[in-house]
Amino acid sequence: MAVRKLAPEELQPESFVLSPETEAFAQQQIAKYPPGRQASAVIALLGKAQEQAGGWLPRKAIEAVAARLDMPVIRVMEVATFYTMFNLEPVGKYFVQFCGTTPCVLRGAGDIKKVLERRIGDQNQITADGTFSWLEVECLGACSNAPMVQINDDYYEDLTPENFEKLLDDLAAGRPVRKGSQIGRNRSEPFEAVKTLQDPSLYDGSQIGAWRKRFEEQAQPAATGETEAAVASVPQEARAAKPGAGRAIETEAADTPAERVKKGETPINPADRKEAADPSRATTGDSHTEEGARPAPQSGKSYVATPSKPEEGSPVPVSPTTPVAGTPPSQAETRRDGSESKPDVVVDKDNKTS
Amino acid sequence: MAKIIVDGVEVDVPAEYTLLQAAEAAGAEVPRFCYHERLSIAGNCRMCLVEVKGAPKPVASCAWGVRDCRPGPNGEPPEISTKSPTVKKAREGVMEFLLINHPLDCPICDQGGQCDLQDQAMAYGVDTSRFHENKRAVTDKYLGPLVRTSMNRCIHCTRCVRFTAEVAGVPDMGALWRGEDMEITSYLEKALGSELQANIADLCPVGALTHKPESYHYRPWELTKTDSVDVMDAVGSSIRVDSRGREVMRILPRVNEAVNEEWISDKTRQIVDGLRLQRLDRPFVRENGRLRPASWQEAFAAIAAKVKGSVPEKIGAIVGDLAAVEEMFALKLLMESLGVTNVDARQDGTVLSPAYGRGSYLFNTTIPGIEDADAILIVGSNPRYEASLVNVRIRKRWRAAPPPIALIGENVDLTYPYEYLGAGPDTLSELASGRHSFIEKLRGAERPLIIVGQGALARPDGLAVLSAVAKLAQDVGAVKDGWNGFSVLHTAASRVGALDLGLVPGEGGLTAQQMAQGGVDVLFSLGADEIDIAPGAFVVYQGTHGDRGAHRADVILPAATYTEKSGTYVNTEGRVQMANRAAFAPGEAREDWAILRALSDVLGRRLPFDSLNALRAKLYAAHPHFAAVDTVQPADGSAAIQALAGIGGTPDREAFESPVKDFYLTNPIARASGVMAECSALARELKLEAAE
Repeated sequence: MAVRKLAPEELQPESFVLSPETEAFAQQQIAKYPPGRQASAVIALLGKAQEQAGGWLPRKAIEAVAARLDMPVIRVMEVATFYTMFNLEPVGKYFVQFCGTTPCVLRGAGDIKKVLERRIGDQNQITADGTFSWLEVECLGACSNAPMVQINDDYYEDLTPENFEKLLDDLAAGRPVRKGSQIGRNRSEPFEAVKTLQDPSLYDGSQIGAWRKRFEEQAQPAATGETEAAVASVPQEARAAKPGAGRAIETEAADTPAERVKKGETPINPADRKEAADPSRATTGDSHTEEGARPAPQSGKSYVATPSKPEEGSPVPVSPTTPVAGTPPSQAETRRDGSESKPDVVVDKDNKTS
Repeated sequence: MAKIIVDGVEVDVPAEYTLLQAAEAAGAEVPRFCYHERLSIAGNCRMCLVEVKGAPKPVASCAWGVRDCRPGPNGEPPEISTKSPTVKKAREGVMEFLLINHPLDCPICDQGGQCDLQDQAMAYGVDTSRFHENKRAVTDKYLGPLVRTSMNRCIHCTRCVRFTAEVAGVPDMGALWRGEDMEITSYLEKALGSELQANIADLCPVGALTHKPESYHYRPWELTKTDSVDVMDAVGSSIRVDSRGREVMRILPRVNEAVNEEWISDKTRQIVDGLRLQRLDRPFVRENGRLRPASWQEAFAAIAAKVKGSVPEKIGAIVGDLAAVEEMFALKLLMESLGVTNVDARQDGTVLSPAYGRGSYLFNTTIPGIEDADAILIVGSNPRYEASLVNVRIRKRWRAAPPPIALIGENVDLTYPYEYLGAGPDTLSELASGRHSFIEKLRGAERPLIIVGQGALARPDGLAVLSAVAKLAQDVGAVKDGWNGFSVLHTAASRVGALDLGLVPGEGGLTAQQMAQGGVDVLFSLGADEIDIAPGAFVVYQGTHGDRGAHRADVILPAATYTEKSGTYVNTEGRVQMANRAAFAPGEAREDWAILRALSDVLGRRLPFDSLNALRAKLYAAHPHFAAVDTVQPADGSAAIQALAGIGGTPDREAFESPVKDFYLTNPIARASGVMAECSALARELKLEAAE
């Protein structure tokens, strides 16, 4: 995630006052929470303030929200900086959030990005006329219509460089544009023609929605006076409703502690208990190494596997890289001069190899 | 109470305990970074993971209650393990993650040697890192003159954020951004506006926040640690004075649940440089209008000459705010032997006096007692700056369950909301006559607490105000069996000790103000720096710093500060505490009692002791309660309040004003400190900004 910053001082407006509309919205939001919990409305208010300020949050707006909610400014600042959808620097009139995640890239988002770079410039740069700015974001969840961008509040999907250029032209010129798919398909229906799901039996209720038919049939007997018979067939021993009722058939496990208590036995088999308490059965689990396959010698404290000698293709079973704690230096197997952790280093004292 | 098995040891703990607390109760050690007993639980460092039997994953023990544990299949107590292989592996994993972005700059880090991360990495970590990428880099933040930041080292425990928001009550700090980009900062990197801010550097478990004034000056293992007590205000916070050689290097809080818990104010902590600047290190004698260095003999001879030429009625003594009981006792004996009755320890002109009983001038409720109060009225005080740690207690009480709190006096920010009743005695009498709704809350309270500050008492009509407050306390039933809600908040460390000793004008004696305004010819000032002495009198100043008192003096006797002598101090509650010597006084400066003993010899009135122990033996014989160190001798509250209420009188209409005008510059040591000067300038700036 790119590091975001508050906008520089020269871009910050002198003041920010919540508009009557924002104020009405604030009252509505605050009313959702119990008295004294007005701070819960902070995200909603910041969003509205961002809308009022033209798509970004000036410092004064953050302070205004803090004052409105009677919160310390730093608390509001924490929220505003946590959520990436709060823009802390000015954005263009049309703020393009370009999806650069894998499905869109596979469907040609790279070309769309080139269009953005050519027409608008770098990310977070506003065009000279203030119309556009763009930002690459992660998946916006419209993968079936990839590639796509979000401009202000709306999605524009199925983009190609051509129709995207035209879309930007139209926006810049103030012409009406079509939201959603730019190639005319309805939502995420198949792209060219509907070729699947055409079997009429899908829609006549014989397959999909068959349950409805079955239910209707089951409802019939009640209407035809067969209720008594149905009631008679209900088992006499009604079962208590249980959360598990209707799921797996409930039979009692053969030997649970509860079962034993019921039978008047010792709840836990003393032998089992002893076995469970055995420290060797602690959570690490048994080692299932086969006979003879010995693990490579490693330092008990280190996560780093012992380096291997490439020519042999096997771990170096020379000695542990770290001597066992408490070993006097004189008895230590390895040198302690700093080279012990580099077993591959061959010290050529005579400097013969050259 | 709930039973729980920790590492095979069954313990019985309150059900609301967390697993971490239960483990500690069972004697198991659980490492932690973010958890702190006095702060809310964050549970974000994950270092305290333990294994709960039956739980699929290790759980953060600081954030998991004992009552939330499931019992065993047959109702056995829940079982946790703090030593299992899973726990060891989990801790190693957490530690490895914490160290991923932590710089390996321990050799240049001030926290080295006192660092939780260092210690716990040794105890619970592994010796290598598998992380080959670049470490995170974070810009350092400006947090004011007291806390240096090195934000690369931050592990995001948020202790500092929680401390400023919860204990200090100044929500200045926060964690901005998210995930790996998270940064701890103050809003727009403004200096913190709290008088307790330096505690965040103590709380920081790593070297991200360190003490700026003393940075790069010492290593913790070089220091000699001396337990002592603070004299910057009348709270008497427990401190530890760390010194190296002759020099005090730093002051740290000491845990004392009865007084300061484990916080101290910035003034207590950072006046360290004031202890070595502006010091008087040799006697001076004024000759032809100029002070010149002199020998002790010359200085004493000059005093003796003056004293012998005066009658006792024209000799007086004023005791300053930082004097210990020992030297005050010595001074009292000396003045008695000279037949002097003009003795006063109340240089601010407060009206408190032992005449009305000890209960009339103590903070009778005691500081821990504040937590039991169920209605609080503050009269003529700004506890935040007069006694920061008392204010912390009130805030703690308010956070536990907000009681009704009201204030008469200056309308200031006390870090908790209160009902502002009014500015002066008028409001007080309105309240007393029942014309104010808050009186109902006081009357309805079971344990009402009335705190009266020096702002209401250190004024000509102080006695009438004190009497009115006492009447009010009587009226609302603040003094009864098992509860004494009449509390006087002092601002000077020496004051209660002096009143206990009876250092007030005797029969026909002059008060400090009268003496200072020319009532005497020879004035002996035991570190009295907060009073202007009119020209004329011959002033002997015995003190530590070249401050106001020394400038006016005709003879200066250099003395020892509270870190350079062993002295008894009595805090505002009446708690007798002992300060210990951590370093030696500079140059020819001597301990105060020894100076007075030597002077008495020259004056021909030799005091009857040759050592501090002999002095104390005399002191304890005369005033036995001074021997009971670290305890409060409760005073007879109802008799005192009866006596006070009987005084009567009509107060003026003038508003109460706190005597602490500048929190950072209240005494000569603080005024000598460069750090305090910087803090003071900054606080003024913040105040101006807030006023805009």
